[in-house]
Amino acid sequence: MTDRFVTRGFVGRRDDGAGGEGLSSDERRRRTPPGQYLTNDFPVLSAGPTPRTPLDRWSFEVGGLVGAPVRWSWEEFLALPGRDYVVDISCVTKWTHLDMRWKGVSVDTLLEGVELDPRAAFVIAYSDGGYTTNLPIGDVLNNQAFVAYEYDGRPLAPEHGGPARLVVPARYFWKSAKWIRGLRIQDRDEPGFWESLGYNNRGDQWLEERYSGD
Amino acid sequence: MAAQISWQLATVSAIREETPTVRSFTLGLPGWQGHRPGQHVDLRLTSEDGYSVERSYSIASEPERSGEVDITVERINGGEVSPFLHEVVVPGDRLEVRGPIGGYFVWEAALGGPLLLVAGGSGVVPLMAMARHRARSAMTVPARLLFSSRTFDEIIYAEELDRLAAAGDGFEVIHTLTRQQPPGWTGFTRRIDEAMLAEALEPLGPATRAYACGPTALVEVVANGLVRLGLPPDRIRTERFGPTGT
Repeated sequence: MTDRFVTRGFVGRRDDGAGGEGLSSDERRRRTPPGQYLTNDFPVLSAGPTPRTPLDRWSFEVGGLVGAPVRWSWEEFLALPGRDYVVDISCVTKWTHLDMRWKGVSVDTLLEGVELDPRAAFVIAYSDGGYTTNLPIGDVLNNQAFVAYEYDGRPLAPEHGGPARLVVPARYFWKSAKWIRGLRIQDRDEPGFWESLGYNNRGDQWLEERYSGD
Repeated sequence: MAAQISWQLATVSAIREETPTVRSFTLGLPGWQGHRPGQHVDLRLTSEDGYSVERSYSIASEPERSGEVDITVERINGGEVSPFLHEVVVPGDRLEVRGPIGGYFVWEAALGGPLLLVAGGSGVVPLMAMARHRARSAMTVPARLLFSSRTFDEIIYAEELDRLAAAGDGFEVIHTLTRQQPPGWTGFTRRIDEAMLAEALEPLGPATRAYACGPTALVEVVANGLVRLGLPPDRIRTERFGPTGT
């Protein structure tokens, strides 16, 4: 089917919606991926109950195809060099929120402490509650991904993935694993939770890679 | 790689008013491959000049119906898509649809029960697909729907739920009306809390599968409450409607 089926009577609201206030309509359009709408909300989407791990039992590990795995306690993790990020986030459920403000640690920083095996090609992010998501290692290097522990100046709320979540702004938001506990480096790809349930393996929102086969 | 879930042209064959702000649309889809109860479709609207928007809507109908699906849509004031569906679309109109989508928030007869469904407002839609499927497949697994609505007039599928509960095949509905109750109301009158969940869960037992859908605050209370009541987290599946969902 061509993209040019016209829905009888549909005009659309265009730029009247909430989100991206203060930006020109050109810029709002330029920063809205196909099929998305802008919002100022931060909707919550989770497949099951929100896990709650006490901070004194929380740790973060980088393992798999590395010289020796590294593990940080919560205090050690907060002591890593963190920085502020202002990024646009797009969820596969169609919302895009511009200029979301986070604080966290770059995945580059986390990988500095390990020696990557030459076969390292994929990263599996895994979380409390059993959630996983997969990314080519090239999608998380060079400041493309960070582990966030603050959102909008406050500790990240549990329903939004706190104490810490991965954030990969260049991919649909399911790749930004909530309640993250570590990264496993692998030589082969391995579909994660949603990637095994009909969602796209890569999830590039600018190519509208929502579902398997897109 | 899997084949793309392609866009299909659906013909609106019926529109039914469920409540003053909620309507169901029957979408005739000759090429529909079937779905699992709990899945959703994406809808795409395109204007003359090529501007288009997409939204996801849960499928309300059971998979036993072939060649068509029902979606149930709450009109969100100021929204871009739901007011269009409510005010402009008439039977005979065609809409672009693709699906089914989503593979986790699903229940099929083969999964068994007991089954606890917990809904807030239009969160009942995917759970209705499960309840209808259960009835059509002549399953007798015990199932209860705990359904929170604001007022009596805002209970979606009210009459059909009464009929399903009257069938005597093990399906029960427990209503709570949080804002206003009609005279003589004997059901719950407060937001869903842990005590209410305990009462709903008790006759079903610890092997229950739970599905909760509604606004985030409700789903958080339900999912956390059910964990505290002893249900394993992997038996609790959730779908949340954020404050947007226009």
